Amino acid sequence: MSLQQFMNEAISPWMKEDGPDSDIVMSSRIRLARNLDKVPFPLIANDQDLEKILTFMKQTYHHQSFKNYHDLEFVGINELTPVEKQVLVEKHLISPHLADKSTHSGVLISESEQVSVMVNEEDHIRIQLYFPGFQLQRALDEAFEFDDWLEENVNYAFDEDRGYLTSCPTNVGTGLRASVMMHLPALALTQKLNRMIPAISQLGLVVRGIYGEGSEAVGNIFQISNQITLGRSEEDIVVDLQSVVQKLIEQERKARRLLMDQSGLRLEDRIFRSYGILERSRIIESKEAATCLSDLRLGIDIGYIDHISKTILNELMVLTQPGFLQHYAKEALSPQRRDILRASLIRERLYLEK
Amino acid sequence: MDCQECKERSATLHFTKVVNGAKTEIHVCEQCAKEKGYVSDEEEAYSLHDLLSGLFNFEPSSIHTGQQANQVSTEQVLKCPNCGMTYHDFTRVGKFGCAECYHAFEAHLNPIFRRVHSGNTTHDGKIPKRIGSTIQQRKKLDQYRKQLQQLIENEEFEQAAKVRDQIKSLKKDLNHGGEGEA
Repeated sequence: MSLQQFMNEAISPWMKEDGPDSDIVMSSRIRLARNLDKVPFPLIANDQDLEKILTFMKQTYHHQSFKNYHDLEFVGINELTPVEKQVLVEKHLISPHLADKSTHSGVLISESEQVSVMVNEEDHIRIQLYFPGFQLQRALDEAFEFDDWLEENVNYAFDEDRGYLTSCPTNVGTGLRASVMMHLPALALTQKLNRMIPAISQLGLVVRGIYGEGSEAVGNIFQISNQITLGRSEEDIVVDLQSVVQKLIEQERKARRLLMDQSGLRLEDRIFRSYGILERSRIIESKEAATCLSDLRLGIDIGYIDHISKTILNELMVLTQPGFLQHYAKEALSPQRRDILRASLIRERLYLEK
Repeated sequence: MDCQECKERSATLHFTKVVNGAKTEIHVCEQCAKEKGYVSDEEEAYSLHDLLSGLFNFEPSSIHTGQQANQVSTEQVLKCPNCGMTYHDFTRVGKFGCAECYHAFEAHLNPIFRRVHSGNTTHDGKIPKRIGSTIQQRKKLDQYRKQLQQLIENEEFEQAAKVRDQIKSLKKDLNHGGEGEA
């Protein structure tokens, strides 16, 4: 797998498979933060230390495979152009923080892009593992095995009382951030989600919009993740998150049914208007595109539209991000030119579905 | 009002720039503001830091003003022998410098962890498979013993016998330094 392949496809190979409850849960992610024993954390480590870790990770794991995670490809962040970095961020393969650090950091990405291991981010090692749909438990099991495999060659900073030692006190213990990406258009439309968020945060979980700034969730896509990492086992954290996600799925389905029963024609109108905009517009901002794509996806999920594949939302959400558009155009684009290219890409993509 | 840069989106940021005494009014949308460098993405990260370091600074002892001077000086001297980070640095940045910092600042950490992790201070999860195999087995043994106790109380003797055998074999493994399961 070469860098070019990671760059060219908007949706990662693992996203093409259908997961459980994929009408609502787009993906499940497990992130484990790990550090090497004795070496200062990236925040204050000197250049030699960081370079040593980077070289070690590259030499030890580049082109290695573990189970289904074939042929890890090492990519040094300093080898990337700004647009390439942005694309990897938009595909969630690296964090914005890693993209900002140009020296002594890198990432190992598996062929399917299901696993990525960031090196010298805030912690020395950050393992990320994705599964399509709602498969948190499976993702955790696999992440544990992958973690054990990495650990065969490195000594982790671990303390019997405090657990895995991390740079930030908010990650210490399990170093686990379990999260799911959910498409919740009906709960957002009926304002129900806003009322559920306070209850969810009381359980030590966080809900946030992933596209768009601040509290506004563009495209009705939300990420739900754990906040507490100390004093609870990974299994308990995942079980808690799962039960809340399960509740949200039920509520979302109920809200969808209610919308269809009570204002079916209005909903249908909204969906087809959005479909029309996507299919016909010549200039479209990312926010409008996201809103319309969310409507379109809802239309597919509840059966109003049946000839378009479900992955269209995942795919076009990534494809129409600024980095991807510029990668596609092979040049830097002004916001206006991006809006034009975005509209034409969406039109072409929808035409392919006919 | 339209954004003066792209003239398409509506302006959401309004401010006055003063360069060499000359004032210019700026009205831009969020996207253009970021592109022109009027605002940076990092601001969000900073506010989180501030929030966290604020949490760390709140120590009950500093309320007693009589002890305050003393407290500050001991904290400033408190320094990690491995990476050189002082406790003062730690409260300012909100991040540890290395694994050793956890020992160096041990005396101050429980209140911080309790606040961040809703009352918890000790780890109760995965243990590294290779370097932590003995810790792992010891914990597993504790877990089995509790389970055994429970089973006996519930008079589920058949199940209890199984757990007792597991304890036996685990003890044997521990003495030989064998590998435990996850």
